Amino acid sequence: MTVTRKLLMSLTGLFLCFFLLIHFLGNTQLFLPPSEAQQSFNWYSHFLTGNIFIKIVSYVLYLSILLHAVYAWIITAKNKKAGGNYKQDARGRSSKWSSRNMGILGFIILIFLVLHFQNFWYVYKFGSIGLDPWGNKDLYTVVVTAFQQGWLVAIYVVAMIALGYHLAHGISSGIRTLGLFNPKFVRWVQYLGVAYAVLICLGFALMPIYIFFTSK
Amino acid sequence: MKLNAKIPQGPLEEKWSNYKKTAKLVNPANRKKLDVIVIGTGLAGASVAASLGEMGYNVKSFCFQDSPRRAHSVAAQGGVNAAKNYKNDGDSIYRMFVDTLKGGDFRAREANVYRLAECSVNLIDQAVAQGVPFGREYGGYLNNRSFGGVQVSRTFYARGQTGQQLLLGTYQALMRQVDKKTVQLFASHEMLDLVVIDDRARGVIVRNLETGAIERHAAHAVVLATGGFGKIYYLSTLAMGCNGSAIWRAYKKGAFFASPSWTQIHPTSLPQSGDYQSKLTLMSESLRNDGRIWVPKNLEEKRIANDIPEEERDYYLERRYPAFGNLAPRDISSRAAKERIDAGFGVGALKNAVYLDFSKAIKEQGQPKIAEKYGNLFNMYEKITGINAYKEPMMISPAAHFSMGGLWVDYELMTTIPGLFALGEANFADHGANRLGANSLLQASVDGYFIAPYTIANYLADQIKVGKISTKHEAFDKAEAEAKLKLDQLLQIKGNQTVDYYHKKLGKLLYDYCGLARNKEGLEFAIDAINKLRDEFYKNVNVTGDSDRMNAELEKAGRVADYFEIGVLMCYDALTRDESCGAHFREEYQTPDGEAERNDAEFQFISAWEWPGSLDKEPILNKENLTFEFVQPTIRSYK
Amino acid sequence: MKLNLKIWRQKNREDQGRMVDYTLDNVNTHMSFLEMLDTLNDELIRKNEEPVEFDHDCREGICGQCGVVINGIAHGPLKNTTTCQLHMREFKDNETIFIEPFRASGFPIKKDLKVDRTAFDRIISAGGYVSVNTGQAPEANSIPVSHEIAESAFDAAACIGCGACVATCKNGSAALFTSAKISQFAQLPQGKVERNSRVLKMLHQMDAEDFGHCSNTEACEVECPQGISVLNIARMNYEYNRASFFKSKKH
Repeated sequence: MTVTRKLLMSLTGLFLCFFLLIHFLGNTQLFLPPSEAQQSFNWYSHFLTGNIFIKIVSYVLYLSILLHAVYAWIITAKNKKAGGNYKQDARGRSSKWSSRNMGILGFIILIFLVLHFQNFWYVYKFGSIGLDPWGNKDLYTVVVTAFQQGWLVAIYVVAMIALGYHLAHGISSGIRTLGLFNPKFVRWVQYLGVAYAVLICLGFALMPIYIFFTSK
Repeated sequence: MKLNAKIPQGPLEEKWSNYKKTAKLVNPANRKKLDVIVIGTGLAGASVAASLGEMGYNVKSFCFQDSPRRAHSVAAQGGVNAAKNYKNDGDSIYRMFVDTLKGGDFRAREANVYRLAECSVNLIDQAVAQGVPFGREYGGYLNNRSFGGVQVSRTFYARGQTGQQLLLGTYQALMRQVDKKTVQLFASHEMLDLVVIDDRARGVIVRNLETGAIERHAAHAVVLATGGFGKIYYLSTLAMGCNGSAIWRAYKKGAFFASPSWTQIHPTSLPQSGDYQSKLTLMSESLRNDGRIWVPKNLEEKRIANDIPEEERDYYLERRYPAFGNLAPRDISSRAAKERIDAGFGVGALKNAVYLDFSKAIKEQGQPKIAEKYGNLFNMYEKITGINAYKEPMMISPAAHFSMGGLWVDYELMTTIPGLFALGEANFADHGANRLGANSLLQASVDGYFIAPYTIANYLADQIKVGKISTKHEAFDKAEAEAKLKLDQLLQIKGNQTVDYYHKKLGKLLYDYCGLARNKEGLEFAIDAINKLRDEFYKNVNVTGDSDRMNAELEKAGRVADYFEIGVLMCYDALTRDESCGAHFREEYQTPDGEAERNDAEFQFISAWEWPGSLDKEPILNKENLTFEFVQPTIRSYK
Repeated sequence: MKLNLKIWRQKNREDQGRMVDYTLDNVNTHMSFLEMLDTLNDELIRKNEEPVEFDHDCREGICGQCGVVINGIAHGPLKNTTTCQLHMREFKDNETIFIEPFRASGFPIKKDLKVDRTAFDRIISAGGYVSVNTGQAPEANSIPVSHEIAESAFDAAACIGCGACVATCKNGSAALFTSAKISQFAQLPQGKVERNSRVLKMLHQMDAEDFGHCSNTEACEVECPQGISVLNIARMNYEYNRASFFKSKKH
């Protein structure tokens, strides 16, 4: 069923949005003065790995990413086939670019995720990583080292722009798929969705930039 | 042939219930063994197909459009009348009956008209139950407005799209039966001929408009609900595909055709702007509530409307009909406009229109108020003409609109061919010589929902013994061969002119000589001219393509070929009626001040025309005398 | 004015189809778009060529039969306008105009600019109605419906079934069409009785018809001649989720 697939996209997508908020709040520790940041960020990372509840959530997260991507692929393939190909096409005038290109945006985000996981998650879990003075794995230093490379910062910023557009459409679209139809609430959700997208993505993008310019 | 309308006995109020009490029934178990063919899926066709399907008959439903939802009932704007008396303003079934009969200039049957009014109340119930979103008051109850010059508010409406909403209700009822497999739907199919076996209607020959395949379909009864044929004038308010072919082919198989010349010409349509024009868009009649109609007083007027001073404007409706003024009934307003246009006072590039001026109303009520009432119409006007009607007057002109005439039917809506029924605008029924506003949706629906299901059952009751009708019968062979021949004949001409060229010429002839005003000389000329044009058509038309595939030109050619013949019959009909009544205005029969002069002594009858067997012979006139037991005919006056 | 036309010609369902160039002189700016096509066909017939087949009937914007994609936009450049209501004054002299059929896998092309939209009929047939037989109806005023709800239901019911929503949707989704009917009945007391089965059956049929998924781009609302709101789609989703949640095993 098309609507069931959309519902799955909506639920996984909205869960990922929620995760982003938690992730974002945790990462704001990076803006602390370096030594303080190192201690609290590493402690926080350690806390997350040890907690069984967090472990369950993380599996839901992996599953969500997987489902969201797989269904996006199924839906996009079907939609590509179902929609018409015009010799002259000006249909774009009636909708926003982001709403028409969720697939591309999503794909960019997926590539970014692979890179992001490899940069930090993989290193933290399976790589050789030193300990900080407090005995926790020193992820902070990994992060700081990584973001001293300008090209990586640039990729992160681009990815956050893609994510921003993805969320700006995705949040309100997802809530619409859940069935919110009251015009007033729909409008609020639209504003909130955009605000959320801007806030989260701007914040995330500032982290590598901040580190790039402050830690030398 | 003696025409028998089969009006039931008894007082007016009890005729229909008496009929229903004694009508024959079909055992539910037997119904699925009985086949009924319905041609047309407008309000009448879809509602009868759905109703018969619900009852358990085996129904086949045909339409030429790609979906039943596109039938031209969809385009009716204003509303539907019903004697509910929700406004407590003294309405009643009897009053509605009198209004309709009088509006029709006493050229309809009392019993039929009363039944129409009687069933009107059920129709509203039915439509509301189907979820038709009629306009409502804030308390949640149904709203009404007044319409068409009657003194009560009995018109139910769904914004300006009442026809659409009623049709969608009916369409949905039909599609529900399609889902239940009691109705088989054949969209994009056009009827080519009626098959008559042993003097009974037993089937049809149709053409699949996509593949070109000719198909045979047999049934115990055939219902024609194919609407009006006003498109014969080419320029009309009708849809491009509306046609008279189904009823015409039935006529040529023995069904009588009643009052073919009675066509309502609507006064407020947009004028023709050039030869290329294909359609005259209707502007709601409600505009006349605030708009004033005028033409310049000077013959050689060159100035634009706003520059013409008040004293040089001729508000001819207000001048001629001081009591009703701009609200005079449709036939009268249309005729008055034609009179001014013919005298050379018309406005616009082709001098074929009159002004409909809102400047006074805008000055008195303010533009916001006018926009609130007619905003959508002003927008539509601007969309089509590019003119802002808040700044300058609209230009309007009369356009062919509704066929009061159609196949002659008795009280059971059965034609003179047993087993052939005609419903809605396709029959001549209830409107007399002039239809009142908001009665067309009503008649089509009432015929289909509430009348035909009883009368068709009454006919089918003794058909069960006949058994399945076979399409192998030689009558099918013959009809199919003739239909094919006709198509091939059109394709082989390969002349130099298009079908539309002839259609436009025919339309112009009819509009000039058998339109708003007719006279003996003109009608005789027109008969001759149409026959000549028809001859030329068969020598010089070019129908491209083939008959074994989709071919819109071939469809048009077939319809226009029939229009020539219908046009001639219309002229005979107008020629033999030496009186003026309703839409039929014979110039010889008018009062000194130009009003219609009806002749009840000699013409209180319905002209039912019989096919003489060949086009070379004159059609045969049969008369059904009208008797008025309950209301005495009076003269309509709007002075 | 003079026009350069590029029109999609396709003999039948099986044919590949191609764009064909035509030039048309002496086009009057007061012509409607379909009258311009009439004029072209007139010329083609006189040259003994097969005219361009296109769908049309009422030519006043209500029957929903007409509809082509003009310069890449369903029903052409004007908003809330059907092809038949579009007039040539919206185009420039010497302009090149692309005319293509509504394209979507749910709408197979029959010939030239005519497409098969019977999928819409089948969607309605699956449940787009109130199950009431002729003669069962209670007195009309026994079912009060507030003014606001009647108007809101009307907004949804105004759909003319032209298919521009599908043609303009990059996904070829029929969500707007289907949701308009579901939404009309979901609001009215007459329709509430069957709301669960209706939404499930209609959506099941919609999926069977090879339409794509709605991804809420909202393009359909913009190009819809009747301006049917995309919020109807949201309401349809609500109805579907609700019905799925509460559906009995038997269904």
